[in-house]
Amino acid sequence: MTAILAIFARDLRLAARLGGDVLTLVLFFVMVGAVVPFAIGPDRVLLAQLAPGIVWIAAFLAMLLGLDRLFRADEDDGSLLLFHHAAVPLEAIVATKMVAHWLLTALPVIIASPLLAVLLSMDQATWLRTMLALLAGTPALAALATIGAAVTVSLKRGGLLAPVLILPLSIPVLIFGVAMIGAPEGSSAALLFLSALSLVSVAFCPFAAALALRVSAE
Amino acid sequence: MNPPNALLAAQNLTLVRGGRQVFEDVSLDLAAGEVLLVRGPNGAGKSSLLLTLAGLLHAAGGTIAPDEPQPMHLLAHSSAVKTRLTLAENLRFWRDINGANGLEPGAALERVGLSGLGSIEAGHLSAGQTRRLALARLLVTDRRIWLLDEPLAALDDAGAGLVAALVAERAASGGGVIAATHDDIPGATGTLVLS
Repeated sequence: MTAILAIFARDLRLAARLGGDVLTLVLFFVMVGAVVPFAIGPDRVLLAQLAPGIVWIAAFLAMLLGLDRLFRADEDDGSLLLFHHAAVPLEAIVATKMVAHWLLTALPVIIASPLLAVLLSMDQATWLRTMLALLAGTPALAALATIGAAVTVSLKRGGLLAPVLILPLSIPVLIFGVAMIGAPEGSSAALLFLSALSLVSVAFCPFAAALALRVSAE
Repeated sequence: MNPPNALLAAQNLTLVRGGRQVFEDVSLDLAAGEVLLVRGPNGAGKSSLLLTLAGLLHAAGGTIAPDEPQPMHLLAHSSAVKTRLTLAENLRFWRDINGANGLEPGAALERVGLSGLGSIEAGHLSAGQTRRLALARLLVTDRRIWLLDEPLAALDDAGAGLVAALVAERAASGGGVIAATHDDIPGATGTLVLS
């Protein structure tokens, strides 16, 4: 348990010391949402209609942006190699880093989502569903991002490859995420699907990512 | 079949990396109290041999006993130091991760000659000091087997003496050390030459 807390505290502390990353992520998220109205014109009805898709795309891109730092720094300074000999299994380390990654990328985006709701003229009920959908769906994205980062960590320029790899895998999250925000009548079923996707990928990810790390150590 | 104080034994190891055979038929025995030096020209596979013994690379042939991975310390080329964490935070992290059965971080820093620097960020250290911090990591968790890759790199004469002293202590207290190095470590009990 000490070990798990130590990894968790270390990742959060490093993020706090490096500072800018979280802010960049939030600004990126808000700006993607802010740019769309310029692209499709000031039609409030159309904007509100497209809002669920825009929010998800923005959240999705923001999470992909932060993906590479999951294992890259540890790979570069040699820590990742030593994790293989830690007193806790590599799977537990990966799972902890995944939770820290969610806290550092998804949570700021969720907290910033009201800003986007205003920019996209969402009503309050839609905005609440958006928050709920992001809360339920982003763990799945974080889990997939962890797998993507683990698979590409040994490639020196894997930064762009990982998003391309996991993008197709995360389409179900987008489908149910948008379905949940868009239509009030179908939202509870979509929420269940989103939660199921998150639970399955979060449970599955530490093993897949740890396996990828073991193979890539070769 | 193994003597009771054997820590690590490898038989006829062959390693292939990237389609190229790195080394072939390497055998070694490490018993408690022994310090084994691995020598050879650049590219002879010294680092790869250590990684293989650590279970991070899979040998194409040969066996390593015991089968299950042993708790061991690996000091690789990179020092595994986080530049934005303080020295004490770095050590406390490895102590929490690897097990807290060694020295306290403060005592470990003092042992490697970095006393009083515990609260500064590791990014301010020189290359040699960073290497000393990496050595301190081996002290905060007590593990019997040490695999050291170029432990003297970037260290001054006092640092070289420190490595020799630490290695001697580890061997004397029932551990074993395998060091890949171009220099001499006093007190070595055996040498393995890779060609």
